[in-house]
Amino acid sequence: MTERIRRWVPAAAVFVAALVLWEGVVRVFDIQGFLLPAPSAIVAALATETDVLTTAAIGTFATALVGLGVGSLMAALAAFAASRWPLVREGAMPVAIAANSTPIVVLAPVANSWFGLRSMAGGVFVVAVLVFFPVMINLVRGLMSANASELELMQSYAAPRRTTLWKLQLPNALPYLFSALKVAAALSLIGAIVKEYFGGSQERLGQYITSKAALFQYEEAWAAIVVASAFGILLYLLILLIERRAMPWHVSVRRT
Amino acid sequence: MNALELQNVDMVFNPGGENAVAALRGIDLSVEPGEFISLIGPSGCGKSTMLRLVGDLLAPTAGSVTVNGKSAPQARLDRDYGMVFQNATLLEWRRILANVELPLEIMDVSKSERIQTARDMLELVQLDQFEDHYPWQLSGGMQQRVAIARALAFRPSLLLMDEPFGALDEMTRERMQMELLRIWQETETTVVFVTHSIPEAVFLSTRVVVMSPRPGQITKIVDIDLPQPRVFETREDQRFFALLTRVRESLRAVEEE
Amino acid sequence: MSRRHRSRAVGSFILIVLGMVALWEGYKWMGQTTGGTWPLTDIELPVRTNDRAMPHVWDIVSALFRPATRAAGADLLVVLLLRAAFFTWRSAVIGFAAGSLVGFGLGVLFVRSSLAERGLMPYVVASQTVPVIAIAPILVVWGGRLELPNWVPVAAISAYLAFFPVAINTLRGLRSPAATASELMRSYAASQNQVLWKLQVPAALPFLFPALKIAATTSVIGAIVGELPAGMSEGLGRALLSFASSFSSSPEKLFASVLIAALVGVFFVALVAIAERIAIPPTRRLKEDTTMNVTPRLGNTGA
Repeated sequence: MTERIRRWVPAAAVFVAALVLWEGVVRVFDIQGFLLPAPSAIVAALATETDVLTTAAIGTFATALVGLGVGSLMAALAAFAASRWPLVREGAMPVAIAANSTPIVVLAPVANSWFGLRSMAGGVFVVAVLVFFPVMINLVRGLMSANASELELMQSYAAPRRTTLWKLQLPNALPYLFSALKVAAALSLIGAIVKEYFGGSQERLGQYITSKAALFQYEEAWAAIVVASAFGILLYLLILLIERRAMPWHVSVRRT
Repeated sequence: MNALELQNVDMVFNPGGENAVAALRGIDLSVEPGEFISLIGPSGCGKSTMLRLVGDLLAPTAGSVTVNGKSAPQARLDRDYGMVFQNATLLEWRRILANVELPLEIMDVSKSERIQTARDMLELVQLDQFEDHYPWQLSGGMQQRVAIARALAFRPSLLLMDEPFGALDEMTRERMQMELLRIWQETETTVVFVTHSIPEAVFLSTRVVVMSPRPGQITKIVDIDLPQPRVFETREDQRFFALLTRVRESLRAVEEE
Repeated sequence: MSRRHRSRAVGSFILIVLGMVALWEGYKWMGQTTGGTWPLTDIELPVRTNDRAMPHVWDIVSALFRPATRAAGADLLVVLLLRAAFFTWRSAVIGFAAGSLVGFGLGVLFVRSSLAERGLMPYVVASQTVPVIAIAPILVVWGGRLELPNWVPVAAISAYLAFFPVAINTLRGLRSPAATASELMRSYAASQNQVLWKLQVPAALPFLFPALKIAATTSVIGAIVGELPAGMSEGLGRALLSFASSFSSSPEKLFASVLIAALVGVFFVALVAIAERIAIPPTRRLKEDTTMNVTPRLGNTGA
């Protein structure tokens, strides 16, 4: 146990040192709040704005999570289709890879026009599309990752296609799925917030940040960013936890 | 001066911890220049570990390792030995010639000298036609020959080989053994050779060192008094079989303890 | 890929693109005929299908080749967009270069010093869970205050997004050589720099290029999004914003801008792919499987 704690000491030290340095620099050089607020000021802003921030955060996170769910689900369906039919795969993968290279967040104004500024559907749409491609690409690779010997084994058991899918391809695909979900989690948050930059309800983090920044109230804007980051990290850790439960055998999860 | 001296060498991994593993215990060995020594023993007996101790890739927990009268680290810095592993470990992004040049580059040898030496080495292993090829274009046996050429490029006095023919098929193996003997005679290097194969050990060596299971100790050293140079017919010699039996029985005696 | 295989893949690709166009137009047609509901039901369609909300695909494409505005002597839309795209792409490239250098440097640092890795790696990972894009507005004001040219904060955002995949993959690649290769170098008493440049970096190249492709994508995204709050007069971000506001009068211009923005990303990745082709022979390129599996383990940074 102590060995594991000891491993985190350098990281913790860096964190504390960075905070102290930040606070110190701001105080010593008397840096104005609009340039770089001190950690203490940000914490203060967090305290005063807790209610507003909570409402805004819940709205944004809900959009991100729903979009993540919808996008991942559609991606899973598409991935199954692609893994089942080679023709689909050969056409769909390059399209997906190309789409993944494009800045999908630019769909935000389109979403606003289609779904209206205030509705959550617009945000969900953008996040879902954003998340769809990396999850689909990774899942297809995962489903195709079973090697020849493993497939031959299933064949020797005269296993029907569905059994091979369930017992071989899906477990093989899990590492890829979790890897994709970690990327997707970060993307969903970014997608939700950026979509909100393009306009929308004040009760969302994106709009909150832009309006506070415009009013030069940087302590509040940073406080919102801290909240967003905390959520992002929590989501990532949550996925890590689920991954550990789901794949205790995998090399990246093993503790030696 | 001996080419190699191990005195009372112990090797323990993770000493003092719960995972401590005693790999070698009380190893005493002297090797004279020009000898061909094989280390043989059951899996896990520490023969590879011993090789790495000689090469200063590991440090012993007790005892001393002396190479050409120097400490093992000094010998490594002086580049007194060349090493060949079970996989050829050629750099896949370099052509064959550049692969053989690698140690010479690291030693800052001039370019023209490097290329000439590398070519000479490839000629020695009879692969000079392939200097422009990439490793993946060569068979396993050929890659190992390149690895040997590379190990000899800076003319070390000692050659350390860790089951270099283990991944090859039997026929290629026998051919490579003849090759190695020819190179050994031409360059007059001292060879320390780790192997699993009793016939290989007996065929190649001047002496065979038999080791016990972990913690590895030297149980017996068998003098191989077969005539030099060894030829294919040597394998059919009565004396050869007698020596095979001697080595085999030493190994079994140890295992039955 | 064999020639037959490749032409089959291209054919499939075209089919799917045509399929998507068909889907778009088909949805529109369905909406027009049923009057905005799912067929045989009263349930409203999620997206309206009139020409305002969903212009015909042909209208979008043709809009590119018509003047961008009603002003006299205005450029064609495509010219305007390409100019904006170039402006944005420049910031993206600078950010990409800076981020990749930092990422590479971090990879080298972590492979040399496990202390540095343990201390900093969690923050490298955490950096990507922080939506830096959230910081964009603040960065832009800073840039203004410090009187930096307006592309600097944009490039900074691109760099922030680009450094992560490069750092992670560089580290993986630098660590990829087999143990015997490292032992070989040690047996040569090679210096740390020799080991780095003669063994680790060449071994890392097949890992580096996929990461550079990802970085290319994210740097373009970062640049476009970075321009949004900047109030910049040039660039794709600005173009998107202004066409978004004129969506009601000319929706096809917004869609056309989205198309061009998409092409910028693809173009940049294609450039990196060409570089990869030059730098690494086909036998050494990584199989696709491994490129996306780059998330490091937060708990086992050294394992």
